[in-house]
Amino acid sequence: MSAVAVSTHRSPLRRLIGFNLLGAIVLGAVGYYVGWWVGHQITATSLDYIGDSNQNDIALFLAYFLATVGFLGGLGLLNYPFQRMLGHPASTGHEEEDTRGWTKYIGFATDHKVVGLQYLIGIGFFIFYAGINAMLIRFELLRPEPNVFPAGQYLTLVGLHGTMMMGMMTSGILGPFGSYFVPLMIGARRLAYPRLEALTFWLLMLAGTFLTSTVFYGGFPTGWTGYAPLNDQANMGMDSYVVFFALVGISMTLLAINMLATVITMRAPGLTWGRLPIFVWGVVSTSILNVLAAPVLVTTLLFVLLDRTAQTGYYLSSVGGSQYLYENLFWVFGHPEVYILALPGFALVLEIMPVFARKPLWGYRLAVAGLLGVTLLSFTVWQHHLFMSGLNASLRPFYMLSTELISIPTGFIFLCAMGTLWRGKIRFEVPMLFALAWVFNFFIGGLSGVFLSDVPSDVTTHGSFFSMAHFHYTIMGALVFMFFGAIYYWLPKMTGIQLNDVLAKIHFWVMFIAFNSTFFPLFAIGFLGQPRRVVTYPSNLQFLNDWVSVSAFVLGASMLVFVANLIWSLVFARIPAEANPWGSRSLEWQVPTPVPSYNFERIPVIDSDPYPYGVEPSPRVGGPALTPAGR
Amino acid sequence: MIFVLGPHLPPGHGSAQAAGQVTDNTVLTAIMTPIICLIVVYFVYALIAFRKRDGDEEDGSAIRGHARAQSLWVAGTSAVVIFLAGYGTWALLQTGSGGGQGPTPINVPKGPKLQVQVIAQQWQFTYRYPSYGGMETSQLVLPADRLIELHVTSLDAIHSFWAYGLGVKADAQLGTDNVVYVKTRGVKSFDIHCAELCGLWHGYMFDTGKVVDASAFTAWIGQQKKIFEPVAKYMPPFSTYYVPEPDRRAG
Repeated sequence: MSAVAVSTHRSPLRRLIGFNLLGAIVLGAVGYYVGWWVGHQITATSLDYIGDSNQNDIALFLAYFLATVGFLGGLGLLNYPFQRMLGHPASTGHEEEDTRGWTKYIGFATDHKVVGLQYLIGIGFFIFYAGINAMLIRFELLRPEPNVFPAGQYLTLVGLHGTMMMGMMTSGILGPFGSYFVPLMIGARRLAYPRLEALTFWLLMLAGTFLTSTVFYGGFPTGWTGYAPLNDQANMGMDSYVVFFALVGISMTLLAINMLATVITMRAPGLTWGRLPIFVWGVVSTSILNVLAAPVLVTTLLFVLLDRTAQTGYYLSSVGGSQYLYENLFWVFGHPEVYILALPGFALVLEIMPVFARKPLWGYRLAVAGLLGVTLLSFTVWQHHLFMSGLNASLRPFYMLSTELISIPTGFIFLCAMGTLWRGKIRFEVPMLFALAWVFNFFIGGLSGVFLSDVPSDVTTHGSFFSMAHFHYTIMGALVFMFFGAIYYWLPKMTGIQLNDVLAKIHFWVMFIAFNSTFFPLFAIGFLGQPRRVVTYPSNLQFLNDWVSVSAFVLGASMLVFVANLIWSLVFARIPAEANPWGSRSLEWQVPTPVPSYNFERIPVIDSDPYPYGVEPSPRVGGPALTPAGR
Repeated sequence: MIFVLGPHLPPGHGSAQAAGQVTDNTVLTAIMTPIICLIVVYFVYALIAFRKRDGDEEDGSAIRGHARAQSLWVAGTSAVVIFLAGYGTWALLQTGSGGGQGPTPINVPKGPKLQVQVIAQQWQFTYRYPSYGGMETSQLVLPADRLIELHVTSLDAIHSFWAYGLGVKADAQLGTDNVVYVKTRGVKSFDIHCAELCGLWHGYMFDTGKVVDASAFTAWIGQQKKIFEPVAKYMPPFSTYYVPEPDRRAG
């Protein structure tokens, strides 16, 4: 299927007017100010304390809500539903998009490849921003006493860093790589709901913008967990947190529904569940978690919103509610959230290793069982975050057991990685280096988790820098490393440009060494008694903290190497990538580069598993795998 | 691991509970050590032995699994996990582990106990001694070699009372009596921190507590009672927890 070239002779001024990013920003700003104004007109006896104070949460919530509606309307997201109501025919909007050139990347797009790249750039930007916050935190901790930021600003930095990272990275793999590659890997021409996919991306960008705006409303003091009743005490900056996570939750849910619908209904003929690439299984299991966990977050935050505006007291024990309710609801979402972050990384490692070990994935069924086992068990462990809370002392042995049980399916992933290397022909290309780093980092992260799952040990480690080191090993050491691994692996297909290999290897080694130099000493700092999220600490811990800070700065510098590589390779060098530079046998590498608008001229028929390495002749390379099915 | 690293693991031997945690941490470390060695040796061997040689463009062996290896792995990891959970439960039931057990504790050590209430508020801890007229002090002093029953509660946000050297951690929650037991040992000082983010000055919510011998404790408590006496009539009566008037925008 080829795109129809349509000439669009419009003046530059005319192009600015219409449903595009500029229109979205304008309508978003209008919506914001309308909401703010309406919020200040609302009066009621129970709300009279608001008056003309600067603490008008109702006004800010309305401002965010109407800004969201205005932005999405300005972007053109509402056009299609209205057109359909008026009797227009159904369309994916693809043909029109093909005529828009580069501007399709900054607007509402229905091509999953465009949305995938939008996700990559958008999430990359916010991760970079959250990373800068981390640098500022470590700069502050160079000295035991506050030296740059007052306590309130420091807490906002901590909250911004944690919340932005946890919120944005929920879609860090599914957004860019799931959107781009799931249809290609299952032999589909598009995602099941193209417009929904675009909506999820723009909701996430709005969420990031709103969270950033917290600095204009005084920040928030709660960290990423947003515990009550501190979240009720906090000033208006807390509203930014609430709206951010609510939008993230909605985006996560819709993204997951789209992925599940696509994989369930749009697989190519012959692509049975037993032949799905393991990355797609990772997307499926993560999506199940998203669909079940994210709505809990949205609902939880709705009650926070009501507590802060309508003066209800769901989470306030002083007026009959319970802060335990918030803690439970948050972690019912929050612990699956950890696996929402981790599972795509698991799957990516197992997707990449066969390519660079030149072997089939070892223990495919065990790997699938591992992904689904983690998915199932992750809903049974949340109260290990509350071992010290005074809640359900008699249930602690159960949560200790369930938390430790999750090591078993996680161990499946390790075993499959180990087996895949056995008698392979291992090529140490950059994506493989990141996959091997995942093994190292997640191994440390997993083992340190045993201390936190064990109640007697948790007494020392809970709420300390030890737990901070643990989750950075599992999230940054696993997910973020595989985020970069996926970029180096798939970017040649996404852009048609080869990244500079020398800069990539410098990036990897500096990042790997600096990461471990940053986070490993944090285990010791935690063991020695430093609590998390403190702006001051005992002077005898300064040397270790300084070591961590300097290492963190080097870690930050490694990101600059990555950015330099992107700019050099994509803007200046522009060396065309081979269509399949890694010699992969997966379906997504068998399509041309750049990938055609509709992916496949004919839907392929799949007649083998996704990793036919060591098999001659390979059924997936130029052979029956792409046999036209005639539809 | 047991003999070299074990004695140096946190949080020390300042109480029976802390010593129990040291043992627990030692057992966990000892179990992990052979697993770490096994995995590291495997990866080092695999990455060296199975690396691609120059000029070799062939694929590796098309091995798709090994039922016995998989079964062994599942059985091995399951055994380790069951042991860890079993041991952790046993250790928890021995001393209560020093963690907060809520208002209805399940591990209640036998013997006479000295009750001390820990009241957290933004941003300090205070301590009430109900068996000494409910007096409240800003300093935590405990007698050596005594079983202490700590009742941890909060007047506002969630805090966490972390007496590092005693191996005690219990969240302080408004409207909740979070009970934790600790059997002190010899005379010592210990650090106290808030381990749950509680707002602006959370980082400054730290203190130093003392374990002193019986005669010094008696002298100290007598002195504190005299200091407390003039303000006693203004204090609310001792309760397992306190619910102040709602203050919806406190900080």
